[in-house]
Amino acid sequence: MTSSPNETHEAGPPASGDEPRAREADPAEHAQAAEHAQAAEHAQAAEHAQAAEHAHAAEHAHANPVRVWAILCALLVVSVVGPMAEIRLLTLITAFGIAGVKAYLVAKHFLRLGVERRYVAYALVVSVAFMVLFFAGTAPDVMEHRGRLWTNHAAQKEVERALKEAARDGH
Amino acid sequence: MKPIATTRSATGIPTGRLAVWWLIASEIVIFGGLLASYVMHRIGHAEFGDYAAHTNTWAGAFNTLVLLTSSLSAVLAHEAAEKGQGPRAARMLLFTILGGAVFLIVKSFEWTAEIRAGYTLATNMFWSFYYTAAGLHALHVIAGMVAMAFVARDAFSNRELQRVELVGNYWHFVDIVWIFLFPLLYIAK
Amino acid sequence: MAQPANQEAPGSGTRQSETLAPPAGHGEHEGFFKKYLFSTDHKAIAKQYLFTGMFMGLIGAFMAYTFRFQLAFPGSHVPGFGVVSPNEYNALVTNHGSIMVFWVAMPVLIAAFGNYLIPLMLGCDDMAFPRLNRLSYQVFFLSVVVLLISLFVPGGGFGGAWTAYPPLSSKAEYSLTPLGSTLWLVAVALEFVAFLIGGINFVTTTMNSRAPGMKLYDIPIVVWMIVIASLVFMASVGPLVAGAVMLLFDQLFGTAFYDPARGGDPLLWQHLFWFFGHPEVYVVLLPACGIVAEVITVFSRKKLFGYKTVLYTAIATGIVSFFVWAHHQFVAGIDPRMANVFTATTVIISLPVAEMVFVLVATLYGGSIKLTTPMLWALAFIAEFIIGGVTGLFLGASGSDIYLHDTYFVLAHFHYTFVPIAIIAVFAGLTYWFPKMFGRHMNETLGKIHFWGTIIPFNSIFIPLFLLGLAGQHRRIYSYEGFPELARPELQQLRIIATVSLIVMLCFQLVFLFNFVRSMFRGRIAERNPWKANTLEWVAASPPPHGNFETMPTVYRGPYEYSVPNRDEDYWPQNQPA
Repeated sequence: MTSSPNETHEAGPPASGDEPRAREADPAEHAQAAEHAQAAEHAQAAEHAQAAEHAHAAEHAHANPVRVWAILCALLVVSVVGPMAEIRLLTLITAFGIAGVKAYLVAKHFLRLGVERRYVAYALVVSVAFMVLFFAGTAPDVMEHRGRLWTNHAAQKEVERALKEAARDGH
Repeated sequence: MKPIATTRSATGIPTGRLAVWWLIASEIVIFGGLLASYVMHRIGHAEFGDYAAHTNTWAGAFNTLVLLTSSLSAVLAHEAAEKGQGPRAARMLLFTILGGAVFLIVKSFEWTAEIRAGYTLATNMFWSFYYTAAGLHALHVIAGMVAMAFVARDAFSNRELQRVELVGNYWHFVDIVWIFLFPLLYIAK
Repeated sequence: MAQPANQEAPGSGTRQSETLAPPAGHGEHEGFFKKYLFSTDHKAIAKQYLFTGMFMGLIGAFMAYTFRFQLAFPGSHVPGFGVVSPNEYNALVTNHGSIMVFWVAMPVLIAAFGNYLIPLMLGCDDMAFPRLNRLSYQVFFLSVVVLLISLFVPGGGFGGAWTAYPPLSSKAEYSLTPLGSTLWLVAVALEFVAFLIGGINFVTTTMNSRAPGMKLYDIPIVVWMIVIASLVFMASVGPLVAGAVMLLFDQLFGTAFYDPARGGDPLLWQHLFWFFGHPEVYVVLLPACGIVAEVITVFSRKKLFGYKTVLYTAIATGIVSFFVWAHHQFVAGIDPRMANVFTATTVIISLPVAEMVFVLVATLYGGSIKLTTPMLWALAFIAEFIIGGVTGLFLGASGSDIYLHDTYFVLAHFHYTFVPIAIIAVFAGLTYWFPKMFGRHMNETLGKIHFWGTIIPFNSIFIPLFLLGLAGQHRRIYSYEGFPELARPELQQLRIIATVSLIVMLCFQLVFLFNFVRSMFRGRIAERNPWKANTLEWVAASPPPHGNFETMPTVYRGPYEYSVPNRDEDYWPQNQPA
């Protein structure tokens, strides 16, 4: 996408005139065509209009990034301090709940997904959802070491061995 | 030459940004596959808790702070680029690159200490996942820094300013990955 | 959106650039290397992918010939190769599979046709990212080089099957190919990177660079199919990329990701592999269906029966294809409850695929069918693919799969799907778009000889293999002489029939190569639109110059307006004003 200076492309237009593309040059026609494409994409034009309006409004309404950053730092402190209470549930909530919140803030305000067309966020969420699907299909075999009519002896032995060793080392 | 194809925008999203969204989507599944594999082992193997006790939470937390801050400067670079202030955008990008460098330096000290203590890639499954996930992430940090260096060079002379946002978006994604790696590798003990 | 500085922002600037003079004939002054090796022109890159894919296809075919000869006449001297040792046999089988899937089907169906057709059919002068496109081919080329090197390193090529299950793939003590397995893995990973880059380019181009007036439902089906396939590939390959890194570490650095004795799990690799591997089937199936849909509408002079139905079923197929992967692992020791779930989803996915076939058949109904060579290939695709699809039901149901798993029944089944996809549909596409690609016609008589010489032996290769599979013949066996119940003469005769048919089929490919090369230079000159088709690629000259169109087209209607009543002509190009 470099703009090389030797391009003839730019030099063409005055010569090529208006007639060959009389239809092309009609901006209203174009706008309409583009609009149509959008409408189909969103399944309804109303949503499209709304999205455009949204984007327009957001031009003035970007959250102050420094403030977002300050909130993120505060959350970071909580996520480090939280586990010091040594309560397992609290650790999980502070560690992963806060990670989710931080990721949401970064995605919304830094990546500006809040003002991007909505299907972009959907596409990203779908790729995360596929990973959840992968986890759901795989975990019954890999995470579990015993199921209906089967046992993973190797994994069980390894867990036992490692825990015994850890106990011996005095953990 | 820019072919006409690169200048069209039927969706209303600029082509470059659209491609970065798809890049991020394809990266989500790469990290997602690795982290999903890690999480199933983490839950299935109680002994990982003992192994993870040897990671340095403070180094991880500091690096999180560094990456969050570098993301902030990437956003500021984008805002500057929107106003057409190329040199300011470039300076902000350089600050972001500096953040990436600090991140890598901290990481290298951290890894040196861990390897000295005998925790290497092949010590056990936890450390294998630890080095693989953090290493893959570090490669993305390096790639982002290189890309930003090129964009910053152009931005100094006010060229290709739309790319400031693109590298920024990639950098925020790398940041988000670390936001999840931090609790997965350091906090959950 | 909010970016005044952005040069790519939509608006007046964009539209103005469309009215510029087309850079027609631009490529004429470039040097040979710039034009053919380092070109950013999508048509040149498409041909690079096509020829590389065809070259790899010849290698894959030679491998098939070699190990089939060994199976039919165990221990004998294979003409052109010599005596096949067990290790060589494993390497040949493995690399035949890998090459045909990753280095023939993918580059030809997705990369070659995608690169060639997407910009032309969408009415633009190139891809959205021409240099990224070139990078994609360069990475792909590197993967080809690495793969070919892996065949000749000490220890020989990788022999752990194209699925690369650990521990066979992760431990050199088992595979005996310390270098071969690592290089194979690197080659596959590079190939994934190439197609990720290419896929992002395809999707972005289709979303953003369509000709003015082209709405989503005006996009030709084959473009839709390639885009959906690229998205499915993009979403499914990620975990395997991560898995490949883990496997590489197991091979090189002694980690234990897939070693059960040290806390790992070999089943994890199988899940990672098939989470990609099954959607991959649809990644190649969808573009093949798209090509066939284009050919069938043109040669039955009828509107595609249910454009939206095809589109939605393709999307449904893409989504459901993520839910079926564990049907490859019914006997691998997965939890039986999961086997029930995956049996159900596997049966469900046959619905959208069947619907797609019905739509194609309904398109034929009442049409004025012309049995040209491309049309013959397209019809053969439907017929042969149905056999592949129906035999798949026996394998998708966990009960019958326990008997049939890892027999030649499986092998014959997936060849009945993959050959229609990667060979038959590709021939349909190649013969159909040849006049556009090279500006000349192929010879119809030779084309038909090649068609019958391929289709008849194809069936007589794989029907005997179905019978052998039902008789219990296990896959991946070097010689059946050690198995008394499988070495019976009546079974050996079936193996010989299959092998002889294969040799006949390969000989008929020479007819195609002759026809292809000869037509490129000596064929009858083709006009712009020899098939009287509607889609935009036929508006451009044959072959299209750099920049494709003299004036960038505007689109007024859908791609399948054939035999519209009250019109003199039975076709109505997309760019013709009403």
